[in-house]
Amino acid sequence: MTQWLYLICGGLLLSSVMVLWRRELSAILRLLILQGVLLGVLAGILAIRLDSVELGVVGFGVLVLKALVVPTILRRVLRDSGEARETEPLINVTASIVAAALLTLLAYAASRPLVRLSPSAETHAVPVGLAMVLIGFFVLVTRRRALSQIVGFLLLDNGIATTAFLITGGVPGIVELAVSLDVLLVVLVLQVLTARMRVTFGGTDIDELRELHD
Amino acid sequence: MTTDLTGGAAVLLVSAPVVAPVAAAVAAGLLGWRRSVAIATVAATGAVLAVGAIAAAWTADGGVVEAGRWLRIDALSGLMLIVIGAVGVIATWSSAGYVDDELATGHTDATGAQRYGVLVPLFIAAMVVAVLANNLGLLWAAVEATTIVTAFLVGHRRTRKSLEATWKYVIICSVGIALAYLGTVLVNYAAKQAGITEHGTLDWTELVAHAGDLDSGVMRLAFALLVLGFGTKAGLVPLHSWLPDAHSQAPAPVSALMSGVLLPVAVYALARYRVIAVSSVDPRFVRGLLLVVGLLSLLLAAGLLLAQRDYKRLLAYSSIEHMALAVVGLAIGTPLAIAAALLHIVGHGLGKAVLFCGAGEILAREGSTRIDAVRGLFARTPVLAGLFAVGLAALLGLPPFSLFVSEIGLIRAGIDAHLGWVMAVVLTLLLVVFVAISTKAAGLLLGSGEPNPTGQGGVATMKALRVSIVVPLTAGLVVVAVLGIVDWPLGQLLHAAAQIVGTR
Repeated sequence: MTQWLYLICGGLLLSSVMVLWRRELSAILRLLILQGVLLGVLAGILAIRLDSVELGVVGFGVLVLKALVVPTILRRVLRDSGEARETEPLINVTASIVAAALLTLLAYAASRPLVRLSPSAETHAVPVGLAMVLIGFFVLVTRRRALSQIVGFLLLDNGIATTAFLITGGVPGIVELAVSLDVLLVVLVLQVLTARMRVTFGGTDIDELRELHD
Repeated sequence: MTTDLTGGAAVLLVSAPVVAPVAAAVAAGLLGWRRSVAIATVAATGAVLAVGAIAAAWTADGGVVEAGRWLRIDALSGLMLIVIGAVGVIATWSSAGYVDDELATGHTDATGAQRYGVLVPLFIAAMVVAVLANNLGLLWAAVEATTIVTAFLVGHRRTRKSLEATWKYVIICSVGIALAYLGTVLVNYAAKQAGITEHGTLDWTELVAHAGDLDSGVMRLAFALLVLGFGTKAGLVPLHSWLPDAHSQAPAPVSALMSGVLLPVAVYALARYRVIAVSSVDPRFVRGLLLVVGLLSLLLAAGLLLAQRDYKRLLAYSSIEHMALAVVGLAIGTPLAIAAALLHIVGHGLGKAVLFCGAGEILAREGSTRIDAVRGLFARTPVLAGLFAVGLAALLGLPPFSLFVSEIGLIRAGIDAHLGWVMAVVLTLLLVVFVAISTKAAGLLLGSGEPNPTGQGGVATMKALRVSIVVPLTAGLVVVAVLGIVDWPLGQLLHAAAQIVGTR
């Protein structure tokens, strides 16, 4: 069981790193779906380990939201935009992968107090969650298509969800519900904004957004 | 003797300030934008203010209003309700004229006005929930809800610039608040490990009671994330860059609400967390972190105010400056410093509401937000220019306004806490801000009354000033002056609130 846990966590981290590697937006979306599935499975495994029905239900909800609903919205954004590829990112792929490695090391250093407080199989995997948060943030600041920024936000959010599952078996159900609803609404708001951006700017390259400055 | 209010009366008192604005939003959704809806919205914010006043009377001697385990009013929540209600009344009252103007000039249509009518009261309701929440998860969710609700308010005008501002706002604030959620998750973890019962792990009252048992390593990381996350929402360094764009692009009454209430609600969240953190983490770490964030934000605001050529962005950077001061107050952390920071939040909220709503009226008349495109406002519209000038005087901390009292109180508290050198830095930066704002204001207000050829000339130029602008703005300024002169309206409440989250 512990080995399955670590395997899933490895897959979660790998799927984040792979986003840095791929340039086709559709491939990035497939990686996001894969990550959503793995997150749902992680919650399922933890539900069995902790013998928690509530966590099982939450895990199912996460699976539906992150592997089905959100990707469906994003696929619509992608289809409407007619943009298949990420433009040249601010930092090239090789440097991005090196950065991801450094961020993962940073995550291991930062999560030491978390592991020390309650050493267990689950908490030993917590650095994966924090690394996902940092890599998501990295995607967000270095990629230029609107869709990639949304993906960066979602990777970051998946990292937080992973951390929450691993350290406490999730937050109280009602808070989890609020968080999930929030992610869904933010994605919907961003979808509308992306559509407006396309109409107004003729594309979704964030570099177009530079009229406001001091 | 202190008494707690529980049961049916408590539930009624706690639910009224949430239900009233939601009802106004529903009315706007069903009826569209019309006079009666505008009045209902003002009435709803008035209800928030009234509940704040009742709660203040109840909690000023240390009492608490408890409605179940999720919602609760203490003196600090009561004070925040008063701020939300007062700023809300000014903003929604001046909204009436604002939306009518937008409709008349074709900047928005019936659908846009209706959306405005729905979203503004929902925004207020979300902030009310944030300050009533005893559960830190609910507090987080309510603060995040404000981002979603205000997204389309910032982008109300649908121009390229407002779209850019909205995108930055939603992305940066969502990321920031996600980091605050990670901090909340870590607090939940520390609480579970400390043996707090299953359902109380995010209850603020439980956490304060058991703060000493929380693991210091985990709480240190959690607090840093919370400062970063709620700091984003409060417009603090390093994730502040959404603020000047959003504040300058949003409709004036929305800017007033964002600056006067939304930023303080985020600071309020930090105040709640700070009191837990000082008992579980090395207090020097907590103070140091808050001081670094506060001073850097103050430095940034002072520098960018000097270079500012747009009066709405000028007001936006001034908001960063004032939130930075409030955070310096949290860093000092004594009851005196907290009371001063809270009074500062009240004065800033009212003053900034007046100024943003005034700025909206200036924009409608002059057609530009550039300072050099306006010039000589005093000669053309003396009443509006006068209100704006008095508002700026209040904001700059001149007597008799309450911001003078709160800034003096803050400096005194800092010196008492052996932070003399920090206070010297703060005073120097405040001086820079003073010079920056007063010279820009002179450029805007003084000079000949000839319309500037670079200005486009708004359609409202020749119209008389509306009652819905003059009355709420004047009232706001009078209240800020009264709070600076006499102590009784808020003194005891401020003291009680400062006892709740102040330490040592």
